[in-house]
Amino acid sequence: MVPLPAYLVLGALLFSLGMIGVLVRRNALIVFMSIELMLNSVNLTFVALSRHLASMDGQLAVFFTIVVAGVEVVVGLAIIVEIFRSRATVNLDDVDLLRG
Amino acid sequence: MELALFIPFAALALAGGLGVIASGRAIHSALSLLLVLSSLAVLYLLLGAQFIAVLQVIIYAGAIVVLFLFVIMLLHMATGEPAARGVRPWRAGATVAAALFFAALLSAVIRTRATADLGVAPAVGFGTAEAVGRTLFTRFLLPFELASVILLVGIIGAVVLAKGSLTLRVHAESRAADEAEEPREEALTR
Repeated sequence: MVPLPAYLVLGALLFSLGMIGVLVRRNALIVFMSIELMLNSVNLTFVALSRHLASMDGQLAVFFTIVVAGVEVVVGLAIIVEIFRSRATVNLDDVDLLRG
Repeated sequence: MELALFIPFAALALAGGLGVIASGRAIHSALSLLLVLSSLAVLYLLLGAQFIAVLQVIIYAGAIVVLFLFVIMLLHMATGEPAARGVRPWRAGATVAAALFFAALLSAVIRTRATADLGVAPAVGFGTAEAVGRTLFTRFLLPFELASVILLVGIIGAVVLAKGSLTLRVHAESRAADEAEEPREEALTR
């Protein structure tokens, strides 16, 4: 039997890895994949706690997270393609119109 | 028995996570992400969430990673890591911040004194499509309907993003009809 904290610590590790990716990488696509990594680590925590509490609610939360992540990927990738079309770059440092 | 499955797949997930953030080319990151997603699907199975594991494989590993690969192939000329400015201290600071965040999460896990086992064995039918569907259409009916609205908005948003620029571009070109082509070509080859 795997203890519950093992799943929680694995989720925390994956979330921290995704956080490093978001902060360090400058390629918009890789930053986006890091966000997916963070979402998945939270999903793992949800499922582990759902099993721990013997309640389905955590799995339903994962269901809705997957739905929202799918929409997010579709719209986000469309935005990235659009930025590439107009500026010929996927470097986040070059997309700073709103930085002021 | 469960430990014998948990340890290798947790290690695979961590290795994939490292690959996502550390590989030089976006396509390697996408394949590492695929590794993470499939390892997590196995862990979901271990946790008795069969339906979520299937969803993970179909939606995440199937649709989302394929979409990522499509876009990477589409933009392949610019998927290498651009030379970031002032990268060294920034990178160290980000790593320290993430390490501190992990320490905070770890202390939270320790402070909750979560019991070592996973609690009672799940009831028969826990985590099946039937159980998920039954909960979805009773207690979570309103969020379910809202999810369909979100999906609709996502579809419309993707279409608008793909089409809207076309109308803008046509407008801009008709406005500056005689010098429309040269600046655009210049911008693309730059």
